[in-house]
Amino acid sequence: MHDIYQFVSGPLARLAFTVFVIGSLYRLVQMFVLVYRKEKFIFSFMSWKYSLRSIFHWIIPFAAVNMQQQPIMTLVTFTFHICLLVTPVFLLSHAVLWEERWNIRLWSLPDQLSDIMTLAVIGCCFFFWGRRIKLPEVRYLTFASDYALLGMVAAPFVTGLIAYHQWIDYPFFMILHILSGEILLMAVPFTRLSHMLFWPFTRAYMGSEFGNVRHARDW
Amino acid sequence: MNEPVKKVAEIIPDEGIDAGLARLTEDRIENTILRVLNGETGARLKVYVETCIHCGLCSEGCHYYLSYDKDPRYSPAGKVKQTLWEMIRKKGRVDKAFMRQAVVIAATQCNMCKRCAMYCPFGIDVAYLMSVVRRITHLLGLTPQYIQATAHSHSVNMNQMWIKEDEWPDTLQWQEDEARSEIPHLRIPLEKEGADIMYSVIGPEPKFQAQLIYQAAVIMNVAGVNWTMPATPGWDNSDMAMFTGDNELMGRIKRVHFETAGRLKVKKIVMGECGHAFRSVYDMGNRWLGWKMPPIPVFHAIEFYYDMIREGRIRIAQKYAEPVTFHDPCNVVRGRGLHEKARYVVNAMCDTLIEMHPNREHNYCCCAGGGVINCGPPYKMVRIDGNRIKAEQLFAVKARGARTLIAPCHNCHSGLEDINHYYGLEMNIKFIGDILYQVMKKP
Amino acid sequence: MADTIAWDWQTGEKSIPVGNSNSRFEWVEEPYVSYDGERVASIVNIAEGEFTVCVNGQTWENPFEKIWHLRFTADDRLTALVSDAGEWTLAVDGVSWENRFGYVWNPLFSQDGRSIAVSFQQDRQYGMALNDVPWEETYGNLTDPVLSPDGNHTAASVQVIPTGEVEIRKFQQGTISAAKDGVVWDRPFVNVWRKAMNLNGDLAAEVRLTLYDYTIAVNGSPWEKTFGGVWEPIFHPISGAVIAPVRVKGKWYLAEEGRLLWSTPFDQLWHPVVSPDGKCIVAIVATGFGKWTVAVDGRAWRHVFSDFVTDMTFSSDSRKIAVIVKDKERWSIAVQGTAWNNTFDMIWKPVFSPDGAHVAAKVERGGKYTMALDDRLWRQDCEAAWDPLFSPDGTRLLVKTIEDGTYFRRVIPVGEFG
Ligand code: SF4
Ligand code: SF4
Repeated sequence: MHDIYQFVSGPLARLAFTVFVIGSLYRLVQMFVLVYRKEKFIFSFMSWKYSLRSIFHWIIPFAAVNMQQQPIMTLVTFTFHICLLVTPVFLLSHAVLWEERWNIRLWSLPDQLSDIMTLAVIGCCFFFWGRRIKLPEVRYLTFASDYALLGMVAAPFVTGLIAYHQWIDYPFFMILHILSGEILLMAVPFTRLSHMLFWPFTRAYMGSEFGNVRHARDW
Repeated sequence: MNEPVKKVAEIIPDEGIDAGLARLTEDRIENTILRVLNGETGARLKVYVETCIHCGLCSEGCHYYLSYDKDPRYSPAGKVKQTLWEMIRKKGRVDKAFMRQAVVIAATQCNMCKRCAMYCPFGIDVAYLMSVVRRITHLLGLTPQYIQATAHSHSVNMNQMWIKEDEWPDTLQWQEDEARSEIPHLRIPLEKEGADIMYSVIGPEPKFQAQLIYQAAVIMNVAGVNWTMPATPGWDNSDMAMFTGDNELMGRIKRVHFETAGRLKVKKIVMGECGHAFRSVYDMGNRWLGWKMPPIPVFHAIEFYYDMIREGRIRIAQKYAEPVTFHDPCNVVRGRGLHEKARYVVNAMCDTLIEMHPNREHNYCCCAGGGVINCGPPYKMVRIDGNRIKAEQLFAVKARGARTLIAPCHNCHSGLEDINHYYGLEMNIKFIGDILYQVMKKP
Repeated sequence: MADTIAWDWQTGEKSIPVGNSNSRFEWVEEPYVSYDGERVASIVNIAEGEFTVCVNGQTWENPFEKIWHLRFTADDRLTALVSDAGEWTLAVDGVSWENRFGYVWNPLFSQDGRSIAVSFQQDRQYGMALNDVPWEETYGNLTDPVLSPDGNHTAASVQVIPTGEVEIRKFQQGTISAAKDGVVWDRPFVNVWRKAMNLNGDLAAEVRLTLYDYTIAVNGSPWEKTFGGVWEPIFHPISGAVIAPVRVKGKWYLAEEGRLLWSTPFDQLWHPVVSPDGKCIVAIVATGFGKWTVAVDGRAWRHVFSDFVTDMTFSSDSRKIAVIVKDKERWSIAVQGTAWNNTFDMIWKPVFSPDGAHVAAKVERGGKYTMALDDRLWRQDCEAAWDPLFSPDGTRLLVKTIEDGTYFRRVIPVGEFG
């Protein structure tokens, strides 16, 4: 067990971060090369003003019309994304790790709050799952891979919660937690989770096209 | 689980599609799809397809989805699922039945209105994705018969309506004659090099709605602008090749249009009240040819009227009394942001403007645009059923008092007219020019 | 172009009043001026449904029910499309052609002005008439007419197989061909568009073999190779070869007889022109999206222009090229790749002096017209103006304008600019 722990928390962790960083860079470079090679005209429309205008309207809860029309989804999705990104970075036990490994000192979340946020992520995943099952327009678009992605996202949070509270079999769940986190990280550049990387760019493009060329809002 | 009730669209016979399918082999389908996916598209397609998280949030953006009882097959991403996703997943190895469905979806169940792009959190442009599908179906020879025939007309006569070269100046001279009974010295100056404005229209105007040319001539003469119309092909700004995916032909049509304006040495092109034509000269055709912006600036009629009223060149004698509502055409509102100028014009002409909801960029499409109405009679009910939501929107504004519906776009007009009749709305549908001509001060 | 030696290059200024004619007529349409500047003409309305042409104050003998498209030929005859009793024809200096038609339009003039062709429609059948001689064969439709530069031949795309508007399969099997002097090629195509003719009367045209395969056909025979697109062909005046822009994998190249002549790919490439001495070929190109310029033998000028490049012209010694450019919404002229500093609201086709040393053009700013010569402006702002013309020795410029209701013909020393 200890060896496995050593492995997943050591070399595999380094690998996961490397794959995440290099993979993400690779995907972005690949996108830019493709634009340069085949859709160069896109560059001529891009505008900082309209890119930021669009990103701004879509990063603020309820700033876009569709967010107002879907208030619950908006609340859930913002809660989900904030907790998903904030919790792993600022969790106390992770902060300790960051300091130990990389000598980075970060502010950390109070334990109770991180518990709530973790539960929020898990809860949101249930919501998304329910949405995929319940809403015909979402079910129609849902593939097995969408459930898998949801599971992959939920896994590190579920296992982390179990491990942290040491409810059952701490070492096993700790390893599972680390492993699932690493899998998630490595999956980002190569699955639809890459929407995290591309979101600013698709928004910037639409924002620029709507603002710069069409003189219209895109929210 | 709430599987929606809906009548399964029966297979609509279409000579274009069916004869095209008969000629196809699966190898040709595969090669063509791969050629387009690998050769002609780039980062946009790739990122759009890989970024879409299948959330369905775009659904509410689409009037087809809303009108067809929220049937997910009509949601924007649902249409991509039934077309491109599958083509990509199968690496182009799809069968004829699949392609038949794909062309029907892309050509008749999407108006390329881009409303959904405002509902997707990523701004994924499903209209663009549908245009890729149309490109594939064009290359496979699967375009629906009526719109393909229209593209043929463009290819021969450089206009949408098989109008022959003599019929065009002849019609203008006839309208000039008619208008002289109202304004004795009125002219429709043909081929006047160095005029400030070239006025361009779409094929249906000389063919079926010559009174619109009459009205435009009166407006131009009253406003005292230095204008001209070409007597050669290039007068028609419309472009169905843009919607069939025949980009090469689209470019050819637009080249003739802009070079005609260049030959006449005009400073700008003012166009009649048409939306898709505006898209073709402002957004699509010019870019395909390598012009970032139109080489000669193009002004939609809304902008022209706005300028003329603001500058006091057109004055209103008596405002239009019947309460009006205003339909924002996708191609000049989401396509060019003319919604506020349009309201300025409408308020200047009319006593009461009652807004329909949603409006401006969020207005529902007429369901005729994007070439859908040009796919002809076989699909008439697809778009009338597919825009029940529009009828509901209009009934609501009618209940609040609106009697006249202003739509400054030809496609919108025809589409809304069908909705008007079918759903029994009984509204008067008018162009801005109809009302402006009626209420303005004339000498 | 007509021989300018015989013109009056001595009288500094001549004038003809044009403003006061307003009182004699119901209305007066925009004026046209002969190349030599000696005559100014307008279509005028004299009564309801009665038009004539007023030239230097004199009207044509016979009025017509309708007149339009008033133009001078290069040899300074005054032509117009005229109608009487519901029939149309062309009138030259007030005298109608013998032949009358249901409709005539699009008069084409040979370079020397001696030949005039029109498209005609008679009983829903279409053809062309050259110098009052109509084609013997007529067709169901006619588009893209041309007159050969020497004025000896006419040609147009014609419909050879009648087709219903929605008969798409039939259309795609080919219903269109080209007719030269009324005689049709022996095979149809899906489409036949822009054409070129040489002195032997050979005819080349852009054709589409299917909805997707474009090529050039010469006297009815298509090139072996097809392309994703083609633009207008030209005949090389020396070698006789047919040259045309072609599209391969989304880029444009210049091709000769179906083989690539320029290896440089361009985003756009059109209006190819061979220099008068036949030594080089130039074309208007886009080197990228929104980057327009001129390419000489496949090499683009260094400067690119954002909006538009048009009306390219060679000096007669083939050493210089001038072209209209529009950059950031302003019009100007570029000579040999360098744009003038002056920009305008509009500019007309540049004109070279016979020795190629000077370039002049009609320009417009703030609603007034004047002349520009080598980037210098003439002092006078005018209500109307016509293209300038150099004297045969290149020292003087013929300037034709209207100021305060008077037409002026002036001969100005080139030194007076600047
Ligand atoms: S019709 Fe409009 S809203 Fe519907 S999918 Fe097409 S572009 Fe999107
Ligand atoms: S809203 Fe955007 S991401 Fe979601 S399903 Fe529609 S297109 Fe895909």
